[in-house]
Amino acid sequence: MVYQERNIWSSLVVSVIGMIVYVIVTLQVADGGPLTDVDWVPIMLWTIGLSIVGAILVSITWGIFAGMLDPEGVGKSDQRDTDIAQMGGRVGQAFLVIAGLGVILLCAYEADWFWIANTMYFGFAISTIVGGIASVIAYRRGLV
Amino acid sequence: MVKPTRVTNSIRAIREAAGMTQADLARRIGVTRQTLIAIEQGRYSPTLELAFQISRVFAVGLDDVFQYPEEG
Repeated sequence: MVYQERNIWSSLVVSVIGMIVYVIVTLQVADGGPLTDVDWVPIMLWTIGLSIVGAILVSITWGIFAGMLDPEGVGKSDQRDTDIAQMGGRVGQAFLVIAGLGVILLCAYEADWFWIANTMYFGFAISTIVGGIASVIAYRRGLV
Repeated sequence: MVKPTRVTNSIRAIREAAGMTQADLARRIGVTRQTLIAIEQGRYSPTLELAFQISRVFAVGLDDVFQYPEEG
């Protein structure tokens, strides 16, 4: 597995875990009450912060072990990595656009800030996850 | 669903005939071994520049390395 593919896997796994943890914590804090009463800001910021740090740590740790097995492959990337990253970015971007449009609509209807922020958060998260899945498939099945 | 390419190649046969490993060829053309494997198996279409680099390593023409079927 090449350096870039490891990074994509790290980001993908951490994003999925982060999103699941965020949903569980938010629902627990709501405790059956309305979601809009939840103090979502610290939960969301901690989730985003820990996801970023987690992805970096997983990538570094994985890279150290991979480097022990294949010292020549450390940090190497080429045109195929660039092509796959661009394709994954394009696939993921569609979900950012959908989330952006959703935010505009929610603002137009003066929805609660909870829904506006969460629409954007899930737009980012799903964009990362779907783009990551597309990239991993391209690494495994091919990009022609 | 990934659309399969109609371009095929003889890199593996030529490389083995030249007694070269995948790691050797990958190093010569400046890609990772995984990328070379993907090209050999038809899972990645190389750029034109990379295709020329590959054929130049073997000192053969581009048509000897890469093939594209005739229409009809």
